[in-house]
Amino acid sequence: MTAVATQPEARAVRDPSRIEGRRVLKVGTLAGVAMIYVAAVGLLDTFNARMIISPILSLAYLLFFAAPFLAGRVFTKRIELEGIETKPATGADVGAAALAGLIAGLMPALFAWAVNTFPDLRSTFPGWSPQMVDLLTLGRGVAAAFLLLPGISAAVAALGAATGLLSKRVQKALAAGTFTVIGLALFSVVVDDFFDWFKALPDFLYPNAGAMSILSAAVSFVVAAGLALLLPGRVPKFTTGLASEDGATRRRSTLIGAVIILVIVLLVPRFLGGILNELLINVGFFALMALGLNVVVGYAGLLDLGYVAFFAVGAYATGVLTSPISPTWDPMLSWWQAFPIVLALAALAGLFVGTPVLRMRGDYLAIVTLGFGEIVRLLLLSDWLSPYFGGAQGIRNIPGIPIFGQEVNVTTPVLMVYMVMAFVALAAFISWRLEHSRIGRAWAAMREDEDVAEAVGVDTVKAKLTAFITGAVIASFAGALFAAKVGSVFTNSFEILVSIVILVIVIVGGMGNIVGVLVGAVVLIGVLGGPNQPGLLQELGEYKLLFYGALLVFMMLKRPEGLLPSRRRQQELHQDEFLQDAWLDRSPMAPGPSVAEPRGKDYEF
Amino acid sequence: MPLLETRELEKSFGGVKAIQGVDFTIEEGEIVSIIGPNGAGKTSFFNVISGIFHPDAGQVLFDGLEISGHTPSQITTAGIARTFQNVRLFPNLTVLENVMVGQHCRTKAGVFRSVLRTPSQRREEQEIEEKAKDILSFFGSRLVGYRFNQPAFVLSYANRRRLEIARAMATEPRLLLLDEPTAGMNPNETVEMTELIGRLRDERGFTIVVIEHDMKVVQGVSDRVVVLDHGVKIAEGTYEEVSTNDAVIEAYLGRPADLEGTA
Repeated sequence: MTAVATQPEARAVRDPSRIEGRRVLKVGTLAGVAMIYVAAVGLLDTFNARMIISPILSLAYLLFFAAPFLAGRVFTKRIELEGIETKPATGADVGAAALAGLIAGLMPALFAWAVNTFPDLRSTFPGWSPQMVDLLTLGRGVAAAFLLLPGISAAVAALGAATGLLSKRVQKALAAGTFTVIGLALFSVVVDDFFDWFKALPDFLYPNAGAMSILSAAVSFVVAAGLALLLPGRVPKFTTGLASEDGATRRRSTLIGAVIILVIVLLVPRFLGGILNELLINVGFFALMALGLNVVVGYAGLLDLGYVAFFAVGAYATGVLTSPISPTWDPMLSWWQAFPIVLALAALAGLFVGTPVLRMRGDYLAIVTLGFGEIVRLLLLSDWLSPYFGGAQGIRNIPGIPIFGQEVNVTTPVLMVYMVMAFVALAAFISWRLEHSRIGRAWAAMREDEDVAEAVGVDTVKAKLTAFITGAVIASFAGALFAAKVGSVFTNSFEILVSIVILVIVIVGGMGNIVGVLVGAVVLIGVLGGPNQPGLLQELGEYKLLFYGALLVFMMLKRPEGLLPSRRRQQELHQDEFLQDAWLDRSPMAPGPSVAEPRGKDYEF
Repeated sequence: MPLLETRELEKSFGGVKAIQGVDFTIEEGEIVSIIGPNGAGKTSFFNVISGIFHPDAGQVLFDGLEISGHTPSQITTAGIARTFQNVRLFPNLTVLENVMVGQHCRTKAGVFRSVLRTPSQRREEQEIEEKAKDILSFFGSRLVGYRFNQPAFVLSYANRRRLEIARAMATEPRLLLLDEPTAGMNPNETVEMTELIGRLRDERGFTIVVIEHDMKVVQGVSDRVVVLDHGVKIAEGTYEEVSTNDAVIEAYLGRPADLEGTA
């Protein structure tokens, strides 16, 4: 009896110097599985050509050995909780990490041996190729791999753990250096494109086709780490200093900041080359659609999975109205003449989709809208509508947007960027004004509890239709611009994946927050790329969706509210923390935040 | 003419007759309590009046006009506001926003005016906020100041009930339906709520129907008491009349065993 009673206690008290076998085994196995995964899906093969630091490190091995490195860090990472003292990391932890790295490295070696020995296994792994095994064994044969891989990953894991022993400041500096080098190497295209007027810098950084040399990597590392060491906490100090200022000063600073950002934003496209401007335009299209979907999903809480349909309506309407060779009817309006008609048609489409789904909620709404999205695309391809919309041939020869006697289309990327930016700004403005109005409050109430919203006098039918129509109109901005930019529209631009990607932008960026959604569009479309558009990481290629998925899973686990969440969503997902803060505010002595100046971080735009 | 009148109201769910031929009237300025054992159909009665359920038969007349068959928001706009037995706020909206939503049906600014932020829209927004603050100040210092910007979910249970009443008040109703306003409150808070219900009529001029289990509250606030049991109105009158009514005592306590034996 007594033995049973004391057992939990014995488990709770751990000897810190003892290596925890189970933990080592668990972390090591996980890292090993990650390494096998990187190899098995063919990432090693694909990314081997992409050098980060030539000739010692390729993107493939960076990904491959990231697993043991991160696994190592687990052992010396301490979660700091207020009022609870944690045991500092010791050399024993580094030893444990090395052991975990050893286990991790053993697994890909075993994998290489297995696929080499049993050819039947190869069909299971479509990423298999002779080169893969070669890469996996570092070109030295399977037998050597059993020594090399565990050895290297143990060393890498120990290194990862060892970084945890350093002071916070040094850790930050090292991280800054590392991320700078990786970032510079990954985004070589941008840097190259951006410094078109100062070729010496990219020439120094990338002597070897987009890869950094050992020298340039070392210099960048030192510069970034040095800067991080010398300027610790300057930026946060500046922002917290700003937050403690009174309202007028803060408003003025915000205004100055906004003007500076505006000037930069207006100047940047002029200096960018074609690739980056093309990228900015794509980011803009997706930002527009995400802003529109944010109204529907983020504000009103109506999960619409067929949102791309409204984009299609905007693009096709523009095509039919402006193209001189649109299949049956070609009024040949100018873009500006067509635009109001396009908006009206999109609004009508919003009403058309919104009305039948008024009674549906949640999952049911999502499925039905998903169906609607596909119906629009399939109808455009069908025999019935092909004569009017060109079917698989689409509509071609769509003219650009005439501004001041100049035609803005794909050949004038800088002007197109300005056009798209202007419309993104307009969409953001509309969303922001609506959010902070009686309509926005009604949407928020409806999102919280539809029945109660109805019972306190919110006409939910009207509120839902308003949301659908507003969202549809904003998506048609994107459609109309897209048609003018590309000059042709085909149904394959409106596949279901586009709807999904827009929703992912909204979720990852921060549902219900305009800035968050814009950040989401930049991160996902700009960096990873859209369904048919390459991003900065063009190398990802066919693995793009894999990274989308990984990012989404990571975000849902670690930060479900998105990168820059709205205050409401933040609250919703972290209620207990807010309760604690509110409880502290309530103590009778504390005056609490005044009404005019809400305290604490306020992400809302 | 009574402010609210129901005539032979019927509502059943499958085989369960929740409301059976209830005739009910309330005059402007009255406070009427509805009591009855659990499952007597009190909340269903509220749900039918407020439009959440449509009656199977019978009429609901508000100020002489038939309102049954309209949507809840239309009925709220007509001037009937309610609270819920299990407090239902908008938890992630702030205290102030919760009340401001109540003003929705009394304001007009649409999409275009809101986007352009016209002078009339700005004036309206300011009025909404001022009214909401005024309504919250009706509850003393409990829901004002730093509370305005706190999300509703941080409030204590009693404050949530108060906020729900505030939200109902913001719809500028003539008739207020309170569903168990003191449920879950401690004795002090209950006494306070009793006073508050009186003040709602005296200071703000609402006509009030209240469902209540606490007999002290019923005694304290009611001009008239209506008793429901199994969806049937079994008694009506002053608190004293009702509390001595045999049918009511029977509904609550059951029939004495010996009587049952001899019947």
